[in-house]
Amino acid sequence: MEGLKDIATAIAIAVGAIGPALGIGMIGKGALEAVGRNPEAANEVRTLMILAVAFAEAVAIYALVVALIIKFV
Amino acid sequence: MSSLHISIAAEPVFHIGDFAVTNSLLTTFVVMLLLFLIAASVSLAPVTTVGGKKIKKVPALVEMFVGGFYNFLSPILGKRIESLFPLLMTFFLFIIIGNWIGLLPGVGPIGFTEHTEHGELFVPLFRGPNADLSTTLALALVSVIATQFLSIKALGAAGYISKFINFKNPINFFVGILELVGEIAKVLSFSFRLFGNIFAGEVLLIVISFLVPIIMPIPFLGLEIFVGFIQALVFTMLTSVFIVVATEHH
Repeated sequence: MEGLKDIATAIAIAVGAIGPALGIGMIGKGALEAVGRNPEAANEVRTLMILAVAFAEAVAIYALVVALIIKFV
Repeated sequence: MSSLHISIAAEPVFHIGDFAVTNSLLTTFVVMLLLFLIAASVSLAPVTTVGGKKIKKVPALVEMFVGGFYNFLSPILGKRIESLFPLLMTFFLFIIIGNWIGLLPGVGPIGFTEHTEHGELFVPLFRGPNADLSTTLALALVSVIATQFLSIKALGAAGYISKFINFKNPINFFVGILELVGEIAKVLSFSFRLFGNIFAGEVLLIVISFLVPIIMPIPFLGLEIFVGFIQALVFTMLTSVFIVVATEHH
């Protein structure tokens, strides 16, 4: 039972991190392309990028919370 | 201690009647005391007259922080920054000091052992305020309720209700339901984002210093300082963006 719990924890965070990882990569790519095309807008793009990354990262955090709950509760 | 001590919930330190005072609540009061001392030292600062103008001698660090944050938020909020800045700056200062206080040595290791029916249990005296879901849930509720209040103030009661319940056409009706779900999801995502990041940081630091007790934890401490700053910034920025969106006329 304890071993199964560990495996469940690992799967929860590993699968849950795939989507946000791809998403954050795409957001970074988009932001870099935008800054490359229009360097004057770097400050504005950075603010929007942090906001978008925070939304994508929230999904990974849900997976993390689930993993922590499986592990410690 | 031979094994890792990680608890997802804050432990009660002592009781006042039926009310359990948890270690994160105790640390929250330390944070509040710190903020109060900073505020008192700024408001009691001596006033000098330079060139006919009265100027307050504010510590340079406080001025840098507040001024920098003001300049950061003003393009997002525009003219409304004058009325919203106190709320957002309070969020930012409380969250960032709460995040950083959890990284201090002594927060976590200092504590006492309690004898319960499950055997001996170690109870830390302090715990980072944002590593407790209660604190972050409270912050999220304050943020979302403030957004609703400002929205009612800007759009009027009828305009506010028509955002959620709208019978003009079927599409607006479903958009209204989605908006309603979105408001509840906001509370969840605000509280879980902050709690997850900070609690995961604490777990990471505990595990790393359990595996390699010397030198190795230092880069992770640097990372956690950065994460604490970014999370405070994200919370404040999302609050300001949501307020701007909720008070817009369509």
